[in-house]
Amino acid sequence: MLPVRIIPCLDVRDGRVVKGVRFRGLEDQGDPAALALAYEEQGADEVVVLDVTATPEGRGTRLDTVAAVRARLSVPVTVGGGIGEIGDAAALLEAGADKVAVNTAALRRPALLTDLAARFGSQCVVVSLDALARREDRPGVDSGYEVVVLSGTKPVARDAVAWAREAVERGAGEILLTSIDRDGTRSGYELTLLRAVRSAVCVPIVASGGADSPQHMADAVRAGADAVLAASIFHQGNWTVEEVKGALAALGVSVRPGYSEARTP
Amino acid sequence: MTACAPTVTVVRTSTANLASVLTGFERLGCRVHATDDVGDVAAAERLVLPGVGAFAAAQRAIASHGLEDALRERIERGRPTLGICLGMQLMATGSEEASGVCGLGVFEGVVGGYESGEEGWRVPQMGWNLVSPDARCEIVPRGYAYFANSYRLEVAPDGWLPVWCEYAGRFLAAVERGPVVGCQFHPELSGDYGKALLTRWLEA
Repeated sequence: MLPVRIIPCLDVRDGRVVKGVRFRGLEDQGDPAALALAYEEQGADEVVVLDVTATPEGRGTRLDTVAAVRARLSVPVTVGGGIGEIGDAAALLEAGADKVAVNTAALRRPALLTDLAARFGSQCVVVSLDALARREDRPGVDSGYEVVVLSGTKPVARDAVAWAREAVERGAGEILLTSIDRDGTRSGYELTLLRAVRSAVCVPIVASGGADSPQHMADAVRAGADAVLAASIFHQGNWTVEEVKGALAALGVSVRPGYSEARTP
Repeated sequence: MTACAPTVTVVRTSTANLASVLTGFERLGCRVHATDDVGDVAAAERLVLPGVGAFAAAQRAIASHGLEDALRERIERGRPTLGICLGMQLMATGSEEASGVCGLGVFEGVVGGYESGEEGWRVPQMGWNLVSPDARCEIVPRGYAYFANSYRLEVAPDGWLPVWCEYAGRFLAAVERGPVVGCQFHPELSGDYGKALLTRWLEA
């Protein structure tokens, strides 16, 4: 297995980074490009930029935000929000994305994933899956986790594990798996969901929603995550990426060391 | 940083993460220029063939602009050329990703796919992996580089210096022949490691 990727997430609204709890009550956290660069300097392995209001407002991701982040950053950038068709993805890649994360549109038209993979390759296509735990029996939701679209506002009576499997069959090369129940709550990743999706697919999984500590991240890795995404703990300065990596290494989780030319022959 | 601001020409294949490549060189103080013009490709001081995309689609884009001969010729003549990810794979003879589609064939080799789910290895390979250059390599350093690939070469072509990496077995992370370099990983996305590599290539 590769070193686990530590991925700060920038939820963007109107060109500013915001963060809420369970996708609601969004508060300003700063400038996307400045935050992204700070995280790269701390050792972030990748950055995710999600335009959290694009699809609910019926528009595409703001290209200027993506271009501003790209101009500063020399680690990979995944961009999601408002990707409805192949042209939206092409415009984001042109502006500076390296991977595109598709959510609502892929559920409406799963063939979009196939089309994106045929043009850009599966390694460029991320399916962003927001899941909500269901205690009561709900038709079509056998795993106990239901897919929710439109930035966590609309449950679609679709089983999250079954959708993960179909999305991969159709061409997605990575799953960004967010537990809505845990988002912003700092109560740890939803490990049962992670294990269920891990057993269903063999593409990389990015765990998202609930991180408060390196211990939570180590738990997610042991449940099958290849990368761990977090927002609140980084934005609010509880942990730097570097501190997280040091703590993870102490917990026996492999992380990427910083590059020093002097150390290498 | 290099003193005289070299110009880097980037082939526009319409499937690549073009902005990442362009801004990567801009941050090193280069002038950058994206093109699909055959004259530009032939005349470029330093040329980058970038790569995100599917083998067949990218090859089609190159062929539709009539760039194949110009690319082959500059690589044969040892003019500074950097193929990134799919851009390295396109230098090979062909790929299992697109049977019947020919690569540029500047070296012998068929790009193969990872077996999906083999002993817990995820496919695509997505993330940072440790690359180990042959002792004679002058451009590719040792260190962690960012990969995003489902296909790879496993055999070092004759006449090229190999850079090795492990992922469900040994594979070619890069090849070097003078100032011609093919990288399976993405130097433009590999942070300080990538900057060191690109700086050496600009000086080669």
